[in-house]
Amino acid sequence: MSGVMKMYGKHRFPGRLFIVEGIDGSGKSTQLMLLQKWLESEGYVVSFSEWNSSPLVKDVTKRGKKKQMLTAMTFSLIHATDFADRTEHDIIPPLKAGAMVLADRYIYTAFARDVVRGVSSKWVRDLYAFAVKPTVAFYFRTPLDVAMKRILGGRDAIKYYEAGMDLGFSDDIEESFRVFQGHIIDEYEKMVEEFGLVVIDATRSIEEQQTQVREIVTKALEGTKKTRIRRWVDLASLAMGSRK
Amino acid sequence: MGRFSFFGDGLPEVDLEELKGKLIVLEGTDGVGRSTHIGLLKQWLENHGHAVLDTGMTRSALAGKRLKQAKEGHTLGGITMSLFYSTDFADRLENEIIPALRAGFIVLTDRYIYSLMARAIVRGADPEWLREVYGFALKPDAIFYLRLKIDDLITRVIQSTGFDYWESGMDMHMGEDMYESFVRYQKWLLAEFDKMVDVYGFDVVDASGSVEDVFEDLRDRVMSVVERNGDETKLRSA
Repeated sequence: MSGVMKMYGKHRFPGRLFIVEGIDGSGKSTQLMLLQKWLESEGYVVSFSEWNSSPLVKDVTKRGKKKQMLTAMTFSLIHATDFADRTEHDIIPPLKAGAMVLADRYIYTAFARDVVRGVSSKWVRDLYAFAVKPTVAFYFRTPLDVAMKRILGGRDAIKYYEAGMDLGFSDDIEESFRVFQGHIIDEYEKMVEEFGLVVIDATRSIEEQQTQVREIVTKALEGTKKTRIRRWVDLASLAMGSRK
Repeated sequence: MGRFSFFGDGLPEVDLEELKGKLIVLEGTDGVGRSTHIGLLKQWLENHGHAVLDTGMTRSALAGKRLKQAKEGHTLGGITMSLFYSTDFADRLENEIIPALRAGFIVLTDRYIYSLMARAIVRGADPEWLREVYGFALKPDAIFYLRLKIDDLITRVIQSTGFDYWESGMDMHMGEDMYESFVRYQKWLLAEFDKMVDVYGFDVVDASGSVEDVFEDLRDRVMSVVERNGDETKLRSA
């Protein structure tokens, strides 16, 4: 950190920060991937940051989860540490450089999960006060049944903490997951107004959702400098005289 | 009402009424002799029949080891470092300190949130933000602040371990060399500690005397805290 610590809403960068939120199975990662492709094709420099991915903190989180050593408080703090590392390394520098930064999950994930785990909602909001306010925060609103179907159909076993098994809702992991995610949805709904989350109806088709996302992003891109950095492949295809 | 309270919103699922022991903090800058005195106090208290838990920073089962490694790499940003320390601290608070207090132990801790806050403030963290973050911490029964003037501190550090990268604040590029950086960094830390004396009710201990002198002074003060009855007992006898 250099100079005085900047707080939520006070950062000024030439770049833009777009983030997606929603419960597991809401389709938010797919939408973010499609947004990334589009921004890159438009010639923007895009940088991607994923929840829980700081190399520095990852081992601790992994170990804590595996051995079920985490309490509500340490769960919250270790994720905040991870997020701080990503803010300082992966989010602020590219924003300063004028890049488009995309994040799959952001502070609102922590607000939802940690509060369901029993941490004070004011405390966790203060904890993340150093976060950069996103240019647009998309919330993919999904009914629980739809998300459950998508998850139970496709994925490997649900994990202990993802299902909120530490909270003792139920001994059955699927039932626990359902109850836990239901509470998460309640928290997200409270945040829509509080943080101005942009709601996308995640029951619509992938294409319809993406069209809507791109329209909103387009407006937010006004005033940015298009970097128009062509990748080597594009240049190579130009050189070869291909049509596009 | 139990004796203990939190600084802020506190920890979920902790019943303060259950905590019976005493929480005693030793604070002070690097090289002031904290760990020496913790060792002596522990022995002395145990000789007098008290069960003692001694604990310190970066010793948590969860994050301690990784935090030490991360420091060796010198790649931590200021906010990240503050939060990593707070994770380590929360793990020790919940898994060592609170269970020991529940069991009626005297907990002697080498540094507490005050050192963590001072270091973070010096690295640019917002003091108000830090106070909110550490709202989950327990208020100690006593905070003994071992105080040493900067000149004495320098002499002592040269005589013992020499200048350490982090203790010299080398990550902050404050001086030409380790010596210059150490002096500036430690002066700044001292100033932050001094500001906390009144805010948090530190009990200042002059650490410039011999180990024996300082220990005698400290021992008497610790004893009065250990013998002091909690509000609960007072209420009952009243």
